[in-house]
Amino acid sequence: MDEAQIYARLAEIFQDVFDDDSIAVTPDLTAKDVDGWDSLTHIRLILTVEKAFKIKFSTSEIGKLEKVGDLVALIKQRT
Amino acid sequence: MNPLYAELQWLPRAPQDFAGRLKALGTSASPLGRELQALALPALDLNQLMKLAKVIDRARCEGKSLEPFVPFRMGVLSNSTIDMLVPALTASAARHGVALEVVQPAYDQVAQEALTPDSKINSSKPDAVLLALDYRALPLKLTLGDAEASSAIVQGVIGYLQALRNGIKTHSNAVCIFQTFAPPVETLFGSLDRALPGTLRNLVDGINRELANFVLGSGDVLLDIAGLAETVGLADWHNTQLWNMAKFPFSDELIPLYADHVARTVAAMRGKSRKVLILDLDNTVWGGVIGDDGIEGIQIAQGDARGEAHLAVQRLALDLRQRGIMLAVSSKNTDEVAREPFEKHPEMLLKLDHIAVFQANWNDKATNIQAIAEELSLGLDAMVFLDDNPVERGLVRKLLPQVAVPELPEDPAWYARYLTAAGYFEAVAFADEDLKRAGFYQDNAKRANLQKQVGGVDAYLASLDMTITFQPFDATGRARIVQLINKSNQYNLTTRRYTDPEVVAAESDPQVFTLQVRLADIFGDNGMISVVICRPGEDGVWEIDTWLMSCRVLGRKVEHMVLREILEHARAAGIHKLIGTYRPTDRNKLVVDHYLKLGFTKVGEENSGLTRWELPVAGAEPESAPMKVVSHGFAPAGEIPKA
Repeated sequence: MDEAQIYARLAEIFQDVFDDDSIAVTPDLTAKDVDGWDSLTHIRLILTVEKAFKIKFSTSEIGKLEKVGDLVALIKQRT
Repeated sequence: MNPLYAELQWLPRAPQDFAGRLKALGTSASPLGRELQALALPALDLNQLMKLAKVIDRARCEGKSLEPFVPFRMGVLSNSTIDMLVPALTASAARHGVALEVVQPAYDQVAQEALTPDSKINSSKPDAVLLALDYRALPLKLTLGDAEASSAIVQGVIGYLQALRNGIKTHSNAVCIFQTFAPPVETLFGSLDRALPGTLRNLVDGINRELANFVLGSGDVLLDIAGLAETVGLADWHNTQLWNMAKFPFSDELIPLYADHVARTVAAMRGKSRKVLILDLDNTVWGGVIGDDGIEGIQIAQGDARGEAHLAVQRLALDLRQRGIMLAVSSKNTDEVAREPFEKHPEMLLKLDHIAVFQANWNDKATNIQAIAEELSLGLDAMVFLDDNPVERGLVRKLLPQVAVPELPEDPAWYARYLTAAGYFEAVAFADEDLKRAGFYQDNAKRANLQKQVGGVDAYLASLDMTITFQPFDATGRARIVQLINKSNQYNLTTRRYTDPEVVAAESDPQVFTLQVRLADIFGDNGMISVVICRPGEDGVWEIDTWLMSCRVLGRKVEHMVLREILEHARAAGIHKLIGTYRPTDRNKLVVDHYLKLGFTKVGEENSGLTRWELPVAGAEPESAPMKVVSHGFAPAGEIPKA
C-alpha cells in the first residue's frame, strides 16, 4: 500500500473516530491540533487503525507515536 | 474471535450510510425514540455506538422527548476505565427501547461511592447500580493448598460486595446489578488450578458461586460476565495490552457484546423481554418442504445431521416453553398439510398441544404475526420470529419493526445458538407462575371454546367455578409482584415501575394498602393475576397508586371483585373516598374506561390524556361476579391505621 492510499484511508478513520468531516490528515498533525484527541480517543484511534489495516501494534510502538507521520511509517512497514 | 458474538451476527448489518442517517435524524414525522431505535437495531461497532450515544445525550440535554423509550438511570461503579463503555451502554439500551442515563463517578472510587450517603452515585437516586468490577478489583491472595484460608478469602470478598450493596441500598435504595468475575487466563500449575484451593482460578470460581447464591436470594440482579467471557473465550476476553495501557477491563472488540448484555438485562428489569416465539416450519422446524417432500421426505430424525439440527431447534423451543415462553407457528402452507408432521411424524418433539396459535395459510407472514399477537392479546414487541428465509425476515422487519427477527446463517446447525445468543428472552427472576404460563394461554383457548358453547357470559363465568384469593403483599409473592409491576403494559392504569426494594417498602409501610390477587378455576390455577397499591392521600382518602391485571383473566369481572375487596378494607380503615388515576401510555388504551366502568366519577383531565376519578366509599356497591372469595393475611380491621 503506498503512502497516498494510507493517508486516504486514515482520513476516513479520523473523520469516523473524531466525528468530524473537516479534519485534514497531514504528516505533521498531532494530538494538540485536534479537538477531543485525548488519551482515550487516542486508544480508540489506534484500535480503529489496527482493525482497518488488519495489523497489531506493540505497546512500545504505540507509546512512541508522536505525529501522524510516525503512524503512517509504522503502517507502511507492516502492510 | 467468534464472529457470532464479537459482531452480534443475529442482528442485521449496519447500513453503509449510518453516519448520514444519524445526521438526518429528527427530520421525519415519526417519534424520535422510534427513529433512534431503528438506528440502534443493527450491529454497530464501537465508533458507531459512540456517535449514536452522542445524539441521544444531546437530545436528552435539549429536553426532547425520547418516547416511547422507558427511562432508566444507572450508576456504574468500576475499577477500570469505562469511558468507552458508557456511550456503548447508552446506544445499546436504545436497541432495547430504554432511554438509559449513565451516572459515572471518578475512576476507581468504588467503595467511596457506595458507602458515602451524598456521593455522586447515591445522590443521583439511580434505578440501579451496575458493579462493573473485575477480578483485579478484589483482594485476592494466593493461599495454595490451604482450604481454610482460601475459604476465608472468598467469604471476605463476598462480605466486601455485600457491604457495597448495603451502602447503595441505604443511601439510594437502588437495585444492584452484580457481575460475576471472568477468571484470568494464566494458570499457575495448569489443570490443577481448578481443583487446588487458593489458586486464582479456584478463588474466582468460589466467589462466583457464592455471589450467585447470594444474589438469587437478595432481589438484586446477576449479570453473568464469567459466563459471557467463557462463551467468547477467556483468551479473547482479557486483553492484557489494553489493561496495561488504559485499564480496559476487557477487549475493545467485545464492548458492543458486553453493552448489549447490560442493555438486555436492564430491559428485562423493565419487563421488555419477549414472550412468544413464532416458528416458521419448512427448513426451520424440519428440513425440507412438507408440501413438496411429504411426511416421509422431510428431515427430522436422529442420526441424520440435517435432521438433528432441526431437532435442536425443536428442543430449544420446548425448553423455552417450559420456562414460560409461548410458541406459535406461522407457515405458508395448507393447514392440514402443515399439521401432519405434528400429528404423525414419530420423531417430532413438538406436538400441536405445545403450539398456542397455529397459523398455516397463504397470507403474508406480517399479517399472520399480527393475527397471532391479537389472539394472544400481546403486543408485537413481545414477539420473536424465527425463519430461515431472508426474504420473509426482511418483510417482517420492514412491516412490523417491533417484532424481533434474528438473522440466521446458511447452516441450520447454528440456528439454536443464534436464537439464544440474541437474548430475546432474558429474565432477571423466575417465579412459579412462569412455569405454568404457556399452559395458561392454552387453557384460555379452551375457555374461549366453552364460552361459545354456553352462550351467555354470566353463565359461562359461573361454569368456570372460580376462586379469587386476596392477600396483602408478602415475601412469598414478592418476586411475582415485582415481575407484574415491571412487565404489565396493557391492563395497567398508571404503569408505575417499582424495584424489589420499593415493593418491600410498600409491603412494610402500615399506611400503604397493598393487594395481591390470585385466581383459580376449573382449568387450573392462574396464579397471581392482579396487583393493587393504595397510598394515603389527604385525610381519609386512598390514592390508587397502582392497579394492574394480567390480560389472561380479561372479561371475568375480576376488576369488580378487586374493587369490592378494596372498598371493604377502606371502610374498615375509616377511608371515605378512593381516588384513581389513568395515565395513558401507548400500550394501555384498554383501560381508558376502567374507572368509568367501575362507577367512579371523572374529576379531572389533563392535556396528556391523564384522567382522575373518585368514588365515595359509602354506598359504593360494585357489581359482583360468580366466584368464591378468600381473603387472608390482613391485619385485623381495628389495627389498620387511618390515613
